[in-house]
Amino acid sequence: MSTAVTTRTSFSGRAVRAVRRHRLLVLSGLLAALVVTVALSIAIGAKSVPPAEVWHALTTPTGTENDIIVRSLRIPRTAIGVLAGVALGVAGALMQGHTRNPLADPGLLGVTQGAGFAMVLSIMVLGVTSLYGYIWFGMAGALLASAGVFALGMAGGRSSPTPVTLALAGTAVSAFLYALTSAMILMDEQAMDVFRFWQSGSIATRGADVAWQVLPFIAAGLLLALINAPGLNALSLGEDVARALGQNVTLTRVTGIAAITLLSGASVAACGALSFLGLIVPHLARPLSGPDHRWLLPYSGLIGAAALLLTDVIGRVVARPGELEVGVVLALVGAPFFITLVRRRKPVRL
Amino acid sequence: MTSSPERLVYGRSLRIGPASWLLRLRSAVVALILLASVVLLMALTMRIGDIPMSVPEVFQAITGGGSNHFVVMELRLPRALTGALVGAALALAGAITQAIARNPLASPDILGVTTGASVTVVAITVMAGSTGGGVSGALAGVGVPLAALLGGLIGALTVYLLAWRRGMDGYRLVLVGIGVSAVCTNVKYWLLTVGDVTDTGKAMVWITGSLNGRGWEHVVPVTLALAVLIPLTLLGTRSLGALRFGDDTVTGLGVRMNLARGLMILAAVLLAATATASAGPIAFVALAAPQIALRLAGVAQPPLVVSALVGATLTTAADLVSRTLFSPVELPVGVVTAVLGAPYLIYLLIRVRREARS
Repeated sequence: MSTAVTTRTSFSGRAVRAVRRHRLLVLSGLLAALVVTVALSIAIGAKSVPPAEVWHALTTPTGTENDIIVRSLRIPRTAIGVLAGVALGVAGALMQGHTRNPLADPGLLGVTQGAGFAMVLSIMVLGVTSLYGYIWFGMAGALLASAGVFALGMAGGRSSPTPVTLALAGTAVSAFLYALTSAMILMDEQAMDVFRFWQSGSIATRGADVAWQVLPFIAAGLLLALINAPGLNALSLGEDVARALGQNVTLTRVTGIAAITLLSGASVAACGALSFLGLIVPHLARPLSGPDHRWLLPYSGLIGAAALLLTDVIGRVVARPGELEVGVVLALVGAPFFITLVRRRKPVRL
Repeated sequence: MTSSPERLVYGRSLRIGPASWLLRLRSAVVALILLASVVLLMALTMRIGDIPMSVPEVFQAITGGGSNHFVVMELRLPRALTGALVGAALALAGAITQAIARNPLASPDILGVTTGASVTVVAITVMAGSTGGGVSGALAGVGVPLAALLGGLIGALTVYLLAWRRGMDGYRLVLVGIGVSAVCTNVKYWLLTVGDVTDTGKAMVWITGSLNGRGWEHVVPVTLALAVLIPLTLLGTRSLGALRFGDDTVTGLGVRMNLARGLMILAAVLLAATATASAGPIAFVALAAPQIALRLAGVAQPPLVVSALVGATLTTAADLVSRTLFSPVELPVGVVTAVLGAPYLIYLLIRVRREARS
């Protein structure tokens, strides 16, 4: 990338240091919150396992029932939760940054509906039934839909897609794919049965192999997102200004869209359509970080992961002996919190 | 806001008392063409059924009677009218919402109307389905529209009250709307997993939007809503145009901002709620019709009348396609609105970009 646009204008050295200290403080606070939620996610579940036995399972497992629960269910589930939460938080912040639209969520690139469509198609045409199969179909569908939306956004113009064109093309493609998916599941009860559970989103009953499957995609997506941050800062001043600053606007857009696709495609394929997280998390992170994407992206990632794990734990506890899907708990717990925040302060505009 | 090039607005102004409108030739021509296509498409849908008819026969049955009079007047005409009117109402609600939110992605979902209605109806269908002892057909027929109306209004009231804080800020309304509609949507998804598959299927058809078995009782509420609200919203177009600017500018232009905004939101809510009660929240119309309309009319923000006509055209065309393409299987009309509307919206997006470039 070319020159990074810093927020420094005429601060004295001390002011810059103070800002940096404050930001690192917030960052470590969010990290601590994530560590706490990881611990909770491993320790608490639908079945009560005493803390001593959790520790026993982590350090010297001997194959007791509780050891197996902790090691083969809770640890992979926690890992998936962290991966998906980070991915969706960062993808949401990128999507809202690139479209300059507070209503944008990572699914707007067609990723979510692309994955859903490919999955339902695989059930109906190929009779795929294993989760292992869905994941690859979901990823492929997400990538294809996203590429299609981007191509449409580019079409007719020589330059990179404008935010409005991109957002509307994404909405149109998503609606189109969802309509086709609806048509299929209304004709096939078995596909509807799978789809409705996928649609509500969950991180339960995913084995460790799923975490390993999506890890490389999410890692690549995060790397691209970090590379994209300075360029996105320049773009938020307007495309003309960004060009004048020596930014390659098209490259910045492509990098961002690739990152969003990898991150949200992988998490949607693994956990289903967790619609809420990527939409809300950036709005929670923005008051802490301000408009600088170099800080907004990590904050969003950490908040996303902590929020996903915390709500998942709540869902395990409130409906004992059963569980509530994390998607619905996220909305029931997260939305009131979000609305309170929106009411309390003046929202950071995009 | 929009990628369409800003043109110099020229046209004749029409003044009735304190209100005035610009009459622009292109918008007027587009509106007339759309109106003609709605009538034609409605006539084409009314040909379809157990008794096939020609278009002249359909018109004969409406005007003169004859053997087909009952079938057309009691079954086919109300269904076609419901489709056109619901499409118009949703599109108008969408146009107002997009103008107030200053956001092309805004739709009545943001106001909490359609999502509130959906979650209520899904709850009733799933909870009272085969698991809860079953609902008699009569109760389901009367109960669902009423529940949708109530759910929609409660949803909208919730959004408005939560977003109100020492006045109404458009951006805050959008953010609160995201939160509320996210809750409704996710609760809806969860409810769909709780019930058994058959009830889920029924609920899915309703939340997609369907015109199946719609009669005069569905036409009347939407007609009343449109008859009252179209003139009122047209009176408000001047303030709606002004609401595009920042709040200080609006006050400077002499528009009583909170009052104007509140009344326009109320109109959008009532339109979307009555439409949803009649045919379910037909997918994509409210979002796409205003965007299609502003590109057809070549203006900068969603034009109200043209949006309503685009909505009516889209829904009627979708109804026609859903009944002819896979006959005898009939897909819910909401599936087809997106299949027809999405490619057209994309085509317009690309074309406008080309125009802007050349």
